[in-house]
Amino acid sequence: MTATTGTGRYAPKPGAAPLTRMIAAQAVLETKMLLRNGEQLLLTVVIPTLLLVLFSSVDIVDTGAGEAVDFLAPGVLALAVMSTAFTGQAIATGFERRYGVLKRLASSPLPRWGLMTAKTLSVLVTEVLQVVLLTVIALALGWSPHGNPFAVLLLLLLGTAAFSGLGLLMVGTLKAEATLAAANLVFLLLLVGGGVIVPLEKFPAAAQDVLGLLPISALSDGLRDVLRHGAAMPWGDLGILAVWAAVALAAAGRFFRWE
Amino acid sequence: MRSEPVVQVQALVKRYGTKTAVDGLDLVARPGVTAVLGPNGAGKTTTVETCEGYRRPDSGTVRVLGLDPLRQAGELRPRVGVMLQSGGVYSGARAEEMLRHVAKLHAHPLDVAALIDRLGLGSCGRTPYRRLSGGQQQRLALAMAVVGRPELVFLDEPTAGLDPQARRATWDLIRDLRADGVSVILTTHHMDEAEQLADDVAIIDAGRVIAQGSPEELCRGGAENTLRFSGRPGLDVGSLLKALPPDTAAAELAPGAYRVTGRVDPQLLATVTSWCAQHGVMPDRISVERHTLEDVFLELTGKELRA
Repeated sequence: MTATTGTGRYAPKPGAAPLTRMIAAQAVLETKMLLRNGEQLLLTVVIPTLLLVLFSSVDIVDTGAGEAVDFLAPGVLALAVMSTAFTGQAIATGFERRYGVLKRLASSPLPRWGLMTAKTLSVLVTEVLQVVLLTVIALALGWSPHGNPFAVLLLLLLGTAAFSGLGLLMVGTLKAEATLAAANLVFLLLLVGGGVIVPLEKFPAAAQDVLGLLPISALSDGLRDVLRHGAAMPWGDLGILAVWAAVALAAAGRFFRWE
Repeated sequence: MRSEPVVQVQALVKRYGTKTAVDGLDLVARPGVTAVLGPNGAGKTTTVETCEGYRRPDSGTVRVLGLDPLRQAGELRPRVGVMLQSGGVYSGARAEEMLRHVAKLHAHPLDVAALIDRLGLGSCGRTPYRRLSGGQQQRLALAMAVVGRPELVFLDEPTAGLDPQARRATWDLIRDLRADGVSVILTTHHMDEAEQLADDVAIIDAGRVIAQGSPEELCRGGAENTLRFSGRPGLDVGSLLKALPPDTAAAELAPGAYRVTGRVDPQLLATVTSWCAQHGVMPDRISVERHTLEDVFLELTGKELRA
């Protein structure tokens, strides 16, 4: 090769951006990707909204005494958390691994824990948007929430941790297509059997005991205890969510694969 | 160039199950452009991915810019640019959006608009990745590898599937990187690519480096070159041989068609023409056949197709 004189345009000047800037940029991109994806929006926005509006206005399921929306709103908030932290995150991350996105980012200056932090931030941002939208709709439908906002926040956060752990565990053990199918199936099963729109009391007593231990049941039941009945701190449900979060996150950490 | 190596691989072994992908490989890459050449399955990608910190060696040591790609990854990553063989981008991300994002992860990135322009990605900057053509995806991946102004870039088959124009643009960018002091390690099947771009070529086969040197050294050392000329039939080949260096052969293949094989350099050419002058021979159609890297490659790795 003949030696040529460089222009200096590409002269090396390496360096990582400040950590907070990297994480913020990654969280913004992840959120954009999620909001741009039609199937994800169906799960995270359209289905919870439709369920809330439909079941509040039409008497399809017997939700017990009182306004239907007072029963449904907490359940749909729990569903929103599950749709973003579990279903959406599992499907998106599965395909990111399949398409080498996780691999490519692993060689960028953003550390792996930074990527995971950004993913969590993106989930939280999406949840805030969901909670605001669903709360406005529920209030318009005549919802009258009670209770301690701090208890609600704690439930939502523990629920997010538990569902994120389960979602990432699923990504770690299944292929992208299998994750897509399984995450949707689990979403549907937990929607029906997790006290979201159908009260757990409708199930046989033996089934109730088991279903009550599911993270979706703990979250919807805990939110309902606070928002509908004004309970101070639903310790039992918080405990169930904490155990799910600890076990699922530890297992996800053990089984997660980057490529 | 005699400076500190940018990549040092010693006795690298990497197995996948029972298959040994890399089998005691040694490789030293100095600043400049190093091409890693080899047939499919030779261990090129495994070697490069070990340098990138994606694979843990079963044994042997790897140093990149003097650092351990696994234990000193945090220090190394900002200094190295990586272009994977395929993928690496969110399927819904737009080309320019993704490049801007990677730029944001670096402290002193290149000007994104200029880079997009340079690689001819301007017309598809708003196109989602999944709808880019294969060539556009390749060029975006290349841009992502260089946007952080790294000292060293790893390019895994950077021109695979590119049309001639895009290939030319990629070559030009690699030359500019080199001229500005960026070191490049690239894997390729294309001999002409290695010949055009590389200061140094390492030929890998069955998980080992079987030859390394500049393209000129490999072409000279790996195979004998040939000089042919035509003259009147029946020249005294024995007298020609006496004039030539000892390890040279000469023969009259057909009446009036002569062939000299050996180390063909300017001195040998001068010897042949002055011998012709002494014998009153006008050497018609004198030609030097230089072996290409492709000849060397096929000679070293075998001509048969592999599974």
